[in-house]
Amino acid sequence: MLSKPFFGYAKPRFQYEILSAALPQPKAIAMPDAMTVLLPRAMGPQPSATLKAGTRVKTGQRLTWDDHPAPAVVATVTGTIRSVTPHLGDYGRNYTAIAIAPESRDEWDDQFGEACKQIDRQALIDFLTGAPGAPPLEKLADPKKPVQTIVIYGGDTDLLVDTNLYVLKSQTATVNQGIRALKEIAAVEKIVLAVPRESFQNFDGHFEADVLAVSNAYPFGQPLMLFYQLFGKVLDQGQAFEDHGVMFMRAEAVAAIGKAVADARVPIEKILTVLDKQGRKHFVSARIGTPIGAILKAVGITLNDRDRLVFGGPMTGTAVYSEEQPIQPDTDAIMVQDSSRIILTSDYPCINCGECVRICPSKMAVNLLIRFLEASQYQEGADLYDLYSCVECGLCSFVCVSRIPILQYIKLAKFELARAVPAEEENE
Amino acid sequence: MNSPKKLIVSHAPFWHIGSAVPERNYNTFIAALPAALVGISIYGTPALAVMCLSVASAIGWEYLLTVASRRPNTVGDGHAAVIGLIFGMLLPAAVPWWLVLTGTFVAVIIGKQIFGGIGANPFSPPVLAYAILSVAWRAHFDFDAQLINIDVDFAPFYPLLAAKAFGAQAVADISLGDLLVGRQIGGAGSTSGLALLIGGIYLVARGYVRWEIPLAFIVSLMFTATLFHVANPAAYASPLFHLFTGFTLIGAFFLATDDSASPVNTIPMLIYGAVGGIMTMLIRNIGATPDGVIFAVLLINLMNPLVDKIRPKAIGKVA
Repeated sequence: MLSKPFFGYAKPRFQYEILSAALPQPKAIAMPDAMTVLLPRAMGPQPSATLKAGTRVKTGQRLTWDDHPAPAVVATVTGTIRSVTPHLGDYGRNYTAIAIAPESRDEWDDQFGEACKQIDRQALIDFLTGAPGAPPLEKLADPKKPVQTIVIYGGDTDLLVDTNLYVLKSQTATVNQGIRALKEIAAVEKIVLAVPRESFQNFDGHFEADVLAVSNAYPFGQPLMLFYQLFGKVLDQGQAFEDHGVMFMRAEAVAAIGKAVADARVPIEKILTVLDKQGRKHFVSARIGTPIGAILKAVGITLNDRDRLVFGGPMTGTAVYSEEQPIQPDTDAIMVQDSSRIILTSDYPCINCGECVRICPSKMAVNLLIRFLEASQYQEGADLYDLYSCVECGLCSFVCVSRIPILQYIKLAKFELARAVPAEEENE
Repeated sequence: MNSPKKLIVSHAPFWHIGSAVPERNYNTFIAALPAALVGISIYGTPALAVMCLSVASAIGWEYLLTVASRRPNTVGDGHAAVIGLIFGMLLPAAVPWWLVLTGTFVAVIIGKQIFGGIGANPFSPPVLAYAILSVAWRAHFDFDAQLINIDVDFAPFYPLLAAKAFGAQAVADISLGDLLVGRQIGGAGSTSGLALLIGGIYLVARGYVRWEIPLAFIVSLMFTATLFHVANPAAYASPLFHLFTGFTLIGAFFLATDDSASPVNTIPMLIYGAVGGIMTMLIRNIGATPDGVIFAVLLINLMNPLVDKIRPKAIGKVA
């Protein structure tokens, strides 16, 4: 971790990781006793005919709650369903957690293989939205918001994380297959591959996409920052990337699409960067649904009370409360922090030192914005102090002398404002 | 999916640079100490008494108010101690004890706490206290009056008052060396230009104070003083004299840079500092009081919210 140097005049700068030429081999994780896949919907209201304890599922089998086609999740293991329980995710998202007791041998389901004989966009959407890298393919289906441009980011969005750059470097041909599939099957006109400037030479001309170089300094890999760099726009209140006809995708997701089309099987293995307590880095390859505990055990990390376990990187990850939580399609990294190295946030007031203003890549008046957000005046913050210019990089919280959880306030404000808009539309 | 281990769950980011409010204030305190010690060595026990009482009573007022208002005890953050020390350094060494107590009350309670505590004060608390008290008890703020109690072996008069009353000739004999090491009549801890410069540079180097404000303050003060001096060398003293007398350096590094009363953007910081320097010289040379720093700093504090509106456009904003 970077700490304040004695002569603290210059502001801290961060660079993304650049993988060395010799790519490490990811460590394979042995099959744990239990796997859990998350179906992105709440349970009920009717009991499910198939999703109940005792049902046998095959690897690659598409699981839905009822006869409705979506939402669905693909089983990443062959075995018997042990339990089906509700699971609450971040920002109030509801999931159904399906715990599966795995069998020793994989038996592949051939639904996707059948679909591959005459593959179309719907088959991609049905089977691959939960593939490694979590391609947001369901957004291709909305006729009101056609996606004209897919932006693939070849680096990682957070510091110390190597997953996507690793996939891009080690599976270049597969990524290219994925790009071709997106062009031909999903019929997306324009595909842009943004890569860190340092790796640009290696990739330019090797893909059937427009390869663009972006800065290797943090936070230029954040989707919101990338969107501004490429299109000169920010997402205004109530907007999503789809409203601008743009979709962001991880390199790993594109590789998964390429692999799925080539093998006629849904990919189930996810590459992860594991950062241990000493800051060392481990590469692992694990099936989606593997509990974190199994991965920590495999790389020799012991977890104690008051440690912190994070899905994602140090700046924008999500802390999780249990080592039994499963790896998700979008879990690029796992970070473990020792309790002695955790600096907690505080409820101290802003002292107006201006560190956040000077480090903000969006040039926002963070010191003024935070005063509104602390008072729950979210709309005022958006109207007067550029809440929607924020790219959610977390640098302001990182340097805050008062240790205010500024990024949390900003995300909360955006979440509350997004919640208010549909409620208003409903009342009209 | 509940773990038997109790993990800490919080929002991103999970790193912090490690800076903190107490660290910031204690470093400001340390940076001010050399000048305070020089003051004690020159004025002796009275200066020590004034500064100790000032620090102690500032902490006391802060503690009493947090108890009375049932707020968390904030004495530990060091802000009250810094206010007390800076206020003590501004006072003449021979002020009575009740004046110190009243001053820290004004600084901590009226200057800071009633606005909501640290970070909410619109004025630099010691400056506000000094301004109010110097208007209320003008006689006690006559620096020359303390000479009744103290013997000195250097020019026994307040240089700024002499320059104002009798012109540049009256202070022509004061050597720059004397001003640098603090051998001049003035505040209990604010006479040594060298010690204040050392403290100020320490603060800038460690990142607690931005260079823009002190630099703009000093440059514009010297520029304005030069204009006056060139126009009428007999009436107006030289720019170097003005740099090392009165509250110029303590003002540039410790008073004008109060976090919550000063701007955060680069151009506003430069304007803020520059206006402070110009106003100081205008008040000194054609205003009513010998030293203009206090009222100049109050004025720029007042200007801060307005001038800090000059800021770059956030990304994606057109208007």
